[in-house]
Amino acid sequence: MKYRSVFDIIGPVMVGPSSSHTAGAAKIGRMARKLLGVRPEQAVVTLYGSFAETYRGHGTDVAIAAGLLDFDESSQQLPEALKIAEQVGMHVRFEADTRTPVDQPNTARISIAAGERQLELVGVSIGGGKIEITEVNGFSISLSGSNPALLVLHHDKYGAVAEVAGLIAQHEMNISYMEVSRQEKGQLALMIIQTDEEIGEELPSEISGLPNILNVAVLS
Amino acid sequence: MFQTVDELIKMASEQRLSISEVMIRTEMETTGKSREAILSKMADQLLVMEQAVHRGIHEDIKSRSGLSGGDARLLKRYIEGGQMLSGSVLLGAVSNAMATNEVNAAMGTICATPTAGSAGVVPGVLFGLKNKLNPTHEAMVNFLFTAGAFGFVIANNASISGAAGGCQAEIGSATGMAAAAAVEMAGGTPEQSAHAMAIALGNMLGLICDPVAGLVEAPCVKRNAIGASNAIVAADMALAGIKSIIPCDEVIDAMYRVGRMMPTALRETALGGLADTKTGRELKKRIFGSAPSSSGVKEQ
Repeated sequence: MKYRSVFDIIGPVMVGPSSSHTAGAAKIGRMARKLLGVRPEQAVVTLYGSFAETYRGHGTDVAIAAGLLDFDESSQQLPEALKIAEQVGMHVRFEADTRTPVDQPNTARISIAAGERQLELVGVSIGGGKIEITEVNGFSISLSGSNPALLVLHHDKYGAVAEVAGLIAQHEMNISYMEVSRQEKGQLALMIIQTDEEIGEELPSEISGLPNILNVAVLS
Repeated sequence: MFQTVDELIKMASEQRLSISEVMIRTEMETTGKSREAILSKMADQLLVMEQAVHRGIHEDIKSRSGLSGGDARLLKRYIEGGQMLSGSVLLGAVSNAMATNEVNAAMGTICATPTAGSAGVVPGVLFGLKNKLNPTHEAMVNFLFTAGAFGFVIANNASISGAAGGCQAEIGSATGMAAAAAVEMAGGTPEQSAHAMAIALGNMLGLICDPVAGLVEAPCVKRNAIGASNAIVAADMALAGIKSIIPCDEVIDAMYRVGRMMPTALRETALGGLADTKTGRELKKRIFGSAPSSSGVKEQ
């Protein structure tokens, strides 16, 4: 089941004009921002499919910039995101790729950097403001949004996974699916943890405080 | 948890519950949240809808492109003149639906039902029926749970994305949801709700998504208008005892399959239909020209 809650259908409350091209786009941008952990200095956004054809009309560019600024889809600042980005020195470049075929019509690839930090993420807006994440830093993942999920970027060190799992258990939450990927032994790794229960605000902030953890994002 | 309309209706009938009550209980079970929290969140969504309708009817709304804004007010004044060919309930719903989508096009705040482009239909019908049925606040909140229950089945078994399934998946779905909820509010049975939904969605099959210049304005605002009127007519038909020959779940499946057959040009790419007419192309050129729409953005 892609949609879990009645509020996926009667909602979200958002700034117009499009749930998939505006609200969904803002969520993809914000997911990238959360995983980077800080406001990006540079961003290159490649848009595919219907995103590429209609992004200007739908304000998809504005919405992704808003997400990168950590605004949510109902933020009254969303329409001004490109101006605000310029003011705070966040350089965003959009590229419309109408040639590369994509599996799903509303796909965006976001590459962001701040100082030494870098992140690349591919997100898909599936309709009604719901998103899926299909790639993070070259890790091919499949986050359908069918369950709430935590994305945890961490150093590949002993105990990192156990400590996160321990915190989840303390919150009396059940892990329904878990996946750990890494680029090289001892380097950067990504945990994807799906839970049966909704993820509140406390758990992600507690996980962020653990040693070896870089950043945490929630897909709800 | 229900996967199909058939299961939803069975749950309601066997437990002698309304569709909205089945949806509320399902939401409690899936999310672990309390009834109060769920009802209060839906009341918040209702308030956002009411505010959007109010803005569209009372304020001078104009989108950045100039393609939409002001039609809801025009219609409202026409209704007040009393010379309309149809009725004030029907046209009131239409006016509310357009008001919502005009606010949406102007980057105002709305509640997606099930999407932003189709956000006018459900509140349009709800506030259109308010004067006729005098519902309690609770009944209005329940209207949204019933609409949500039917939308939930469509979203999980077909699609609510214009880019995936065309306008039938967005305004078609919204129309079916509104029709089903209108039946419950008017005192109809769960079965009648399902027939209203099947009739309404069945009448929207094949509807393409062809936004002029890629903007959620033309024809979207007027399609929400027609969706709202279609929903009320379908609800009246079902309340009269008229049944859909094809069961609701099969209509949803047909919608999904029609969407799969639809060429990309007719699925929110602004490359076909009304977007690709002489006037549609000229408008796109006038609005965007060759320059980027927003400062600081380069396009390749």
